[in-house]
Amino acid sequence: MSWAALLVLAAGSYALKAVGPLLVGGRPLPARLAAVTALLPPALLTALVVVQTVGDQRALVWDARMAGVAVAGVAAALRAPFVAVIVVGMVTTAVLRALGLG
Amino acid sequence: MLALSVAVGVFGVSFGVLGVASGLSVAMTCALSALVFAGGAQFAAVGVVAAGGSPLAAVVSGLLLNTRYAAFGLTVAPLLGRGLPERLVGAHLVIDESVALALTRKDRRAARRVFWLTGGALFVVWNAATLFGAVAGTALGDPEALGLDAAFPAGFLALLMPQLATTRARVAALSGGLIALVLLPLTPPGVPIVAAALGALLALRVQEPAVASSRERVRS
Repeated sequence: MSWAALLVLAAGSYALKAVGPLLVGGRPLPARLAAVTALLPPALLTALVVVQTVGDQRALVWDARMAGVAVAGVAAALRAPFVAVIVVGMVTTAVLRALGLG
Repeated sequence: MLALSVAVGVFGVSFGVLGVASGLSVAMTCALSALVFAGGAQFAAVGVVAAGGSPLAAVVSGLLLNTRYAAFGLTVAPLLGRGLPERLVGAHLVIDESVALALTRKDRRAARRVFWLTGGALFVVWNAATLFGAVAGTALGDPEALGLDAAFPAGFLALLMPQLATTRARVAALSGGLIALVLLPLTPPGVPIVAAALGALLALRVQEPAVASSRERVRS
């Protein structure tokens, strides 16, 4: 990531946050628009999981990473703490790789 | 507030560690936390970069995740008073926690205090934690052997689970995932994630069960 990209992300994020405070006196965001923005995180986070798990192979090939993500998914579904979910995923993947299994 | 600070602190340390392990400098990792100050978007952007995505895809993913802050900012705007400096600074502190806690207070003065306290405290915690994690993360070994490539999708799953409270959210998640899965072998990198945003639009058409059943009650 370049500093330029970082600054664009920062500026864009701040602009989103500042629309309200800098345009005080305006109406709230239209209900449908607010509803859509609230639904973007679940849609995007799931897409990110899919894309990053499948990754370069672009096909559902079972490998160490996919196994790690699957185990992490179970931990997440069981409401394990954030760090525990990540560590469980990493350790599963690392161990499988160390054993030469994917 | 203490429990919240600890949770945010732990998340911040994770971000610092993973940022550096993904190849970002300590400075850049810390700058992300200070200038973007949005955990989910930061995580997504770094995750995309770590997986080999383009900076454009990283920035777009982060910004899409942050669009909800437009609504949040509008909600807390009345709390921020008339002075421009206050509104400029207050805007930066708009995050899920500061807004959610402020909105639990009926009294405007109390809401304002909670917003600034929460936003200010978490800003300090988030950035201190990121710095700590980033410095500690430079001591880690080979990312591939450590299973780092599983860390980001795992983190996204952890961030996703609490979101799935409503039917609409679940439909959005399912739609987004399916869209991404279908497009992945067909389109250039980055497109599947942006296209998955359409899943949010699709989910809008879904009726929440509670609404439907209360309509039934009114009819009878």
